[in-house]
Amino acid sequence: MPYYTILFYIFAIAIIASAVIVVTAKNIIYSAVSLFITLFFIAGLYVLLNADFIAITQIMVYIGGILVLLIFGIMLTSKITEVELTTSNLSAVPAIIFTVGITTIIIFVILTTKWNTKPPAVMTETISQIGKLMLTTYLLPFEIASIVLLVALIGSAMYSRKIK
Amino acid sequence: MIELNYFLLLSGILFSIGVTGVLIRRNAIIIFMSIELMLNSINLSLVAFSSFLGNITGQIFVFFVMTVAAAEAAVGLAIVISLYRNKETVNIDEINILKR
Repeated sequence: MPYYTILFYIFAIAIIASAVIVVTAKNIIYSAVSLFITLFFIAGLYVLLNADFIAITQIMVYIGGILVLLIFGIMLTSKITEVELTTSNLSAVPAIIFTVGITTIIIFVILTTKWNTKPPAVMTETISQIGKLMLTTYLLPFEIASIVLLVALIGSAMYSRKIK
Repeated sequence: MIELNYFLLLSGILFSIGVTGVLIRRNAIIIFMSIELMLNSINLSLVAFSSFLGNITGQIFVFFVMTVAAAEAAVGLAIVISLYRNKETVNIDEINILKR
């Protein structure tokens, strides 16, 4: 079995297991740590798919930014010293019926569609290609993304400020 | 040999786990984590398509999805923190100000 296949299966099992822990863990800190593991192995899958720029961005933005923000949110909104970190589940039966339906539909569609079965194209220097496209074809979305980030920054600073 | 199907199946399963998390948990921060799981599964399928078709555009879409996810996480956590300051809870069953 080639290394590629072995690595894919290891990453896939780790991703699914840690994602299940994110959803089911009673302690919210365990959820955050499992989310870290999930995001890290997804970055590994990006490397397997020859997307080096996206893998680095995943590690920097998700793990370095969003996850740290989430952990700050946990620490600001839960009383860490108490054991009151557990969260209750509600209305599990309809939720599970709904989820099983969605999962069945997604898997059915994926298995019955005739996908392009060529092996992955060999791509070199994705960073320069992404840079060129982002400054020519996708220039307007790029600028709008920066405006979105600015507005989100100002908005979140306004929301979380203490009201006088 | 690993084909496109495998990545798409993994992405679909990850998306379903995220949907389950949004439906069964009552803690607002865990709901945010489940939303991040769903966004990541979409990113995974976009990168898989991009790599298997030899077209770089999918990776640019992933970049924009990450931008919006970062903005969403920042604004959402700010809302959760200001709600916690007012109501002392992040349980979304008790946050029903709009219902009254």
